[in-house]
Amino acid sequence: MGKTLFDKIWDAHVVQNIPDGPTQLYIDRLYCHEVTSPQAFDTLRDKGIGVLRPQQIFAMPDHNTPSTSDAPLPVGAKQMEALKKNCAEFGIKHFDMGTKDNGIIHVVGPEKGLSLPGMTIVCGDSHTSTHGAVGALAMGIGTSEVAQVLASQCILQQKPKTMRINVEGQLPKGTTPKDVALYIMAQLTTSGATGYAVEYAGSAIRSMSMEGRLTLSNLSIEMGSRAGLIAPDEITFAYLKGREYAPKGEAWDKAVEGWKQLYSDADAVFDKEITFQAEDIAPRITYGTNPGEGIAIDERIPDSPPALPIREGVITSTTEENGSTRKDSAPSLIGRAGGESALSYMGFSSGQRLLGIPVDYVFLGACTNGRIEDFRAFASVVKGRKKAANVVAWLVPGSWAVRQQIIDEGIDKILEDAGFELRLPSCSACLAMNADKVPAGKLCISTSNRNFVGRQGPGARTILASPLTVAAAAVTGVITDPRTIVM
Amino acid sequence: MKQKLDQITSTCIPIAIDNCNTDLIIPARYLSSTTRDPKFFGDAFMHDLRYTTDGQPIKDFVMNQTEYKEAPHEGVHEIIVAGENWGSGSSREHAAWAIAGYGVRVVISSSFADIHRNNLLNCFVLPVVVSPAFQQELFASISADPQTQVRVDLPTQTVTNLATGKAEHFDINNYKKYCLMNGLDDIDFLLKNIGTLPPAPPLQGGE
Repeated sequence: MGKTLFDKIWDAHVVQNIPDGPTQLYIDRLYCHEVTSPQAFDTLRDKGIGVLRPQQIFAMPDHNTPSTSDAPLPVGAKQMEALKKNCAEFGIKHFDMGTKDNGIIHVVGPEKGLSLPGMTIVCGDSHTSTHGAVGALAMGIGTSEVAQVLASQCILQQKPKTMRINVEGQLPKGTTPKDVALYIMAQLTTSGATGYAVEYAGSAIRSMSMEGRLTLSNLSIEMGSRAGLIAPDEITFAYLKGREYAPKGEAWDKAVEGWKQLYSDADAVFDKEITFQAEDIAPRITYGTNPGEGIAIDERIPDSPPALPIREGVITSTTEENGSTRKDSAPSLIGRAGGESALSYMGFSSGQRLLGIPVDYVFLGACTNGRIEDFRAFASVVKGRKKAANVVAWLVPGSWAVRQQIIDEGIDKILEDAGFELRLPSCSACLAMNADKVPAGKLCISTSNRNFVGRQGPGARTILASPLTVAAAAVTGVITDPRTIVM
Repeated sequence: MKQKLDQITSTCIPIAIDNCNTDLIIPARYLSSTTRDPKFFGDAFMHDLRYTTDGQPIKDFVMNQTEYKEAPHEGVHEIIVAGENWGSGSSREHAAWAIAGYGVRVVISSSFADIHRNNLLNCFVLPVVVSPAFQQELFASISADPQTQVRVDLPTQTVTNLATGKAEHFDINNYKKYCLMNGLDDIDFLLKNIGTLPPAPPLQGGE
């Protein structure tokens, strides 16, 4: 029987299988950021041990970094200092805040050629799945596991099951890789791929750009999968060639020969396989409080929205909905924002269409959509138009290299003419650890990855969408179908 | 943090939220600590569901209700019974630190998100996966009588609803079971059993 892409990479990194236990897996690359690493370094100090292979580890602050030069010292300043100090002490390369090398790890890794096909890559961040787009096995881990890798360059892991998601055909105009991911999530739910490592395949994936693939793999965790792999091909090689840390000269040629073996064999069997048709996928938005609660932008919110937290038993209130009485624990649990459910938190109702709803904030950025193609897409919509007066817009490049390219391509001028301001690279309003917090009750349409309760600031409401859809809202001030503007 | 775990018999806190993500378990603004201070993280556990923005307890929330608000100690509230897909989203181990810091030793659910499940194990909190029917019955028993006790026995991998006497077997691999019962972590194992690693590759570029 043939091997899957996942199996090929996994098997090549097995150090040992512990009897009736996990696998000791060798890790090629560990990325560290300031939030999930300080306690891991402390573990090493507590145990009196060092970092085994510091040259395979790269660190950079991203979660707390301010997105404006005049921002006050963030609460996470202490963490950024700790990261710098820890890297100096243990001999780890550190891309400091404000330098040209810095940015969001999941943007910087592929951009610098640090994330390469066939690698095992881990980081204390769930969106590490991003790097799977280059044909790597990349997974988010916890801080205890970060300490394991620092100490041993290995990790103990249970082997996940495998799932292949095929997307066949050509994406309709106005549909982006972000929409593909939001569509798949809505079909699978937010836990549909828990326990699996996902591989994306099919003609729609093959024709996606490298940056589009990174967006897709990024969102794997939002359906529960820690990893989202895409077999490397000529698009991958063309993207990586010449990157700062990619192999050069003969070493490059040799590497590519090896990478060409990284695909799922024709007779490989997956634990689960699903196929979607690209033509079915329209621009998407979310309406609820997890990324799986989404619809096509012109659809109505379903009558009985899925995944509302309903349980018989532990009840504190009873609500009437659709004429039927149901016992619902959600009201008292999520209800602080004034509602009884995800929909109430969002201020929406069943059967409602969201087109034309006013938005307060727009956010372009994050490890999901903070790359140059995302800024080009946004600019293509706002060019020759003006930012809507009712909208506050935060445009945050994913890295300093992306920011430089925006300037080099003159995109900053287009944005400026349309009334937008380009900010400094950071995770920013994706998780609101720096000063970029959406105020309570305000509605933000965002290219980020999570619409959780309070994710973009306590009480903030989030609609997830593509850069095109976010741009359409930015210039109209309301939820707008990008196809009515772009085409 | 490294607490040996063998058998726990305790009353429970029912947190009946499905898809409860780690942002809810601990909001991002509490991630700025550089320590693992159990009190800091325990106080932040489920913070935004427990407290209003001006710090007042939200009476309706289960952890603030008379029957459930007592802080965990031996035999009391050491177990959480949770909705399905507990701990989805962010990989932040701070969520596990918050649960452990609050004093909880066991989380029972019909399913856990993968990263959070590993984090719980690495923080010596036992995630116990039960069938949806068993989980539902636990919620019902606790709702009928908040003093309902549940027994979790790690050596035999059995969880028992003492109100009904119903029991279920739960899975855990022998390696991790041994670690939990003996208070050992993965680094201790890895350093003793490093195995044969591939040679470190030369560093390309970047200089």
